[in-house]
Amino acid sequence: MKKKLVVIGAGMASGRMLEQLFDAAPDAWDVTLFNAEPRGNYNRLMLSPVLSGEKTYDQIVTHDDTWYATHCVDCRFGEPVVRIDRKNRLVYSNSGGAPYDALVIATGSAPFIIPVPGKDLPGVVTYRDLEDTQAMIDTAGKDAVVIGGGLLGLEAAAGMAARGARVTVIHLMGHLMERQLDPAAGYLLQRDLEKRGITVHCKGATKAILGTDRAEAVLLEDGTVYPADLVCMAVGIRPEVRLANDAHLEVERGIVVDDALRTSDPHVFALGECVEHRGQVFGLVAPLYDQAKVLAKTLLGEAAIFAPVQTATKLKVTGCDLFSAGDFADAPGREDIVFRDPGRGIYKRLVLEGDRIVGVVMYGDTADGAWFYGLMKDGTDISDMRDTLIFGPAFQGGAAPDPMAAVAALPPEAEICGCNGVSKGTILDAVAGGACTLDAVRACTKASASCGTCSGLVQQVMAVALGGEVQDTPVGMCKCTNHSHEDVRRLIRAMGLKSIPAVMQELGWKTVGGCHSCRPALNFYLLAEYPLEYRDDRQSRFVNERNHANIQKDGTYSVVPRMWGGVTTPAELRAIADAAEKYGVPMVKVTGGQRIDLLGVRKEDLPHMWADLNAAGMVSGAAYSKGLRTVKTCVGKEFCRVGTQDSTGLGIKLEKLMWGSWTPHKLKLGVSGCPRNCAEATCKDIGVVCVDSGYNIVIGGAAGMEVRETVPLALTPSEDEAIQIILAVTQLYRENARYLDRIWKWMGKVGLGWIKAQVVDDMENRRTLVERFEISQSVYRRDPWADLSTPSETPKWAPLADLTLEAAE
Amino acid sequence: MTIFVDIGSLDDIPAQGARVVRTAQGCVAVFRTADDRVFALEDRCPHKGGPLSEGIVHGTFVTCPLHNWVFDMNTGQAQGADEGRVRTFAAKVQGGRILIDATLLRRSAAA
Ligand SMILES: Cc1cc2nc3c(=O)[nH]c(=O)nc-3n(C[C@H](O)[C@H](O)[C@H](O)COP(=O)(O)OP(=O)(O)OC[C@H]3O[C@@H](n4cnc5c(N)ncnc54)[C@H](O)[C@@H]3O)c2cc1C
Ligand code: SF4
Ligand code: SF4
Ligand code: FES
Repeated sequence: MKKKLVVIGAGMASGRMLEQLFDAAPDAWDVTLFNAEPRGNYNRLMLSPVLSGEKTYDQIVTHDDTWYATHCVDCRFGEPVVRIDRKNRLVYSNSGGAPYDALVIATGSAPFIIPVPGKDLPGVVTYRDLEDTQAMIDTAGKDAVVIGGGLLGLEAAAGMAARGARVTVIHLMGHLMERQLDPAAGYLLQRDLEKRGITVHCKGATKAILGTDRAEAVLLEDGTVYPADLVCMAVGIRPEVRLANDAHLEVERGIVVDDALRTSDPHVFALGECVEHRGQVFGLVAPLYDQAKVLAKTLLGEAAIFAPVQTATKLKVTGCDLFSAGDFADAPGREDIVFRDPGRGIYKRLVLEGDRIVGVVMYGDTADGAWFYGLMKDGTDISDMRDTLIFGPAFQGGAAPDPMAAVAALPPEAEICGCNGVSKGTILDAVAGGACTLDAVRACTKASASCGTCSGLVQQVMAVALGGEVQDTPVGMCKCTNHSHEDVRRLIRAMGLKSIPAVMQELGWKTVGGCHSCRPALNFYLLAEYPLEYRDDRQSRFVNERNHANIQKDGTYSVVPRMWGGVTTPAELRAIADAAEKYGVPMVKVTGGQRIDLLGVRKEDLPHMWADLNAAGMVSGAAYSKGLRTVKTCVGKEFCRVGTQDSTGLGIKLEKLMWGSWTPHKLKLGVSGCPRNCAEATCKDIGVVCVDSGYNIVIGGAAGMEVRETVPLALTPSEDEAIQIILAVTQLYRENARYLDRIWKWMGKVGLGWIKAQVVDDMENRRTLVERFEISQSVYRRDPWADLSTPSETPKWAPLADLTLEAAE
Repeated sequence: MTIFVDIGSLDDIPAQGARVVRTAQGCVAVFRTADDRVFALEDRCPHKGGPLSEGIVHGTFVTCPLHNWVFDMNTGQAQGADEGRVRTFAAKVQGGRILIDATLLRRSAAA
């Protein structure tokens, strides 16, 4: 007969242990699994993404019914074990028992509840399981208070805020996460959380939770009261040792286990957060997974020893990058290296003991975390690179930020030439094979053979390989850097740089905060590359894009609401007329893009006027943007006697798909219903000229300082395909063109042939381009006017103070 | 000695941005740099009167939004080939509040 294994607790540790056990010996044990929660194993770490809405519960289940069935596990979920009878080797729940030959206790931890009046009221939760998570999800639109500003509390707070709750964090200490951060870094974190609308109250001692039938508010010692429909206590955890205590096993802070994870009873084992091993208790999963491996072996009679390794933590709050590992306590002989940039919200601290790193904290920019962690774990002697250590791996070997270092640090698979898909490795191979001039490399790899804008980078890669000087590099994008636009863009991609400070730091910008010419360009490159992660930086935009209106020479603005395809309604016209009168607009003018311009609006009136126009269903026309401006249309076959297709309808469809998108320069479209071309489509950036047999797509027109006629890109019988091609070429332009190049200029560099190959001939490529455009639009297809005319934003458009009034008093 | 007047909280100005203060002597642009220093300059470009408060702030420089003249906020001096100077006023941060030169309350600068 098979031996019986009983496991108490279906958590992170026991789940991993059972996997290991079944993998090694599927038939060794008959397993009975008790769990207090009414469900099996799931990934507890991922409760935070579930709370914030980034994941669903189903996505974090690690073992489903089929898995338990396959391994014949007797699942007793929702049945907490209440007693262990060691003498007879039995465990009991309230509804039955189970005999064991070996018992594993894996009960995890119990959250610590601070003993204040009101702690037992309904509406007071901890943060440990799915029930807690669900209670917090339900706070949307309500008031929530989190007690405890550590990792767990902050994940709870950010999650609830993401769900739309009004959240306050009360923290006993002077700053958040005091165990991992010093006051300055704690302040940066606090500022980021406050930006999400979370209130942070440090040095706050909770006195009581107020409420009659359920929690209503939290009272602090200093008398402050915060309203609270829900209170989450996240002040720490304690190993869950009650069962072990009652069974008279040896227990200190946790259940005491030896290196094989055996308790003081040879038939009873324990693992996870409930144990204490050589005086140490655990709060993160990495060492628990090691325990799981060891215990599986122990249960199979193999020798194995558990030796904990150091672990690193990351705060799982999207947008707050925090990394911490090791030990930060002040101790004799310890030294700190700190890099701080409060303006950019970056903080890095290394704790050294002798020539080794013993602790790492990073805030705001954690890209080098893994590298520092590696040095720390391996106990690497860092004395050689001590001076530049804090700048990360890219700078090792040179004291000053050296642009070549960035190129040298690129991995071999990094793409250098985008046109021909040539990687750094391929170029290095060519050089090793004897190609030592640019022409030779170009001839054998095709690197820089198409648009040529990557020549500088190719030469730098060659210089790294040949150990020589870089010759005739193209001019830098501005006086702040020697890298050209194209190279910066490639390096952003290849090095995964995700913020303006990261670009400036890693590529060795020569100025403190860039200038008016590189900052808008970097902002565009980053938002085009990382639409979901990068947050548009308004302060790096020109006035018109920052204020979503066009500044006029007297400092007033012009306001242009969108008119889809140039079509409007009496109601919209009435709302525009009302706005013009209400705000005393000196001039109302019809624009060349088929819409109406309200000129001469005062800055402080902008949000009010926008709110009025929004209320009538109108959004910003982006008449100021390097982005989609207008889609000009003619009436087409719906009304015109010679029209061949529904040009108005197609124009509206395109505008509804593309509005809000940012592009390297302004993007104007036109759709004409027949070759008479009333919408002047052949001088637009992208145009469509309809014919009987379908849709002629043309690109590269201009009617500004340069006047250019478009060239044909594709002819398709299907409206749907026309739309796909237009979205694809727009995305290709977004991904490749230099900032401030119109399509015609970009086309001159890369060639119409290349563009055609990408979006007309290569259907798979077209599909992925459209997909990436859509991903970006999921963020940017929204009205900035609505976002900037909220009650909290509106006051920011007015002067900060009016001292003329005070002077009069 | 300069006497200062409180005009608002540092948080009211975005980092690398500016807000305008109306004074008896015209509009003054109060800038905040990336590292939380503040500068107060007349909000009128000497070139063609552009509102400097709407310019891009980089380091301790601001670029005029109308034709890209660049000014050093420490001195108000135009940079490079452009010649001109904007008036500057004393400004500082104290306990998270922004203080500027109180003479701006008066109608004339000379007093
Ligand atoms: C929201 C959240 C986020 C986290 N994020 C991270 C992170 O980013 N990184 C990291 O390393 N760690 C993180 N942790 C910690 C990590 O989840 C724990 O270290 C890990 O889950 C502990 O595993 P365990 O198996 O010991 O306990 P648990 O996973 O807690 O499992 C114990 C199980 O035992 C059950 N149980 C308890 N008593 C009984 C009983 N008497 N009878 C039957 N069953 C019982 C419990 O219901 C529970 O299901 C996080 C924790 C939480 C709550
Ligand atoms: S372009 Fe052709 S279809 Fe359109 S309005 Fe002119 S004539 Fe009619
Ligand atoms: S054509 Fe020249 S003057 Fe007229 S609105 Fe355009 S930029 Fe101004
Ligand atoms: S008005 Fe400032 S640069 Fe022209």
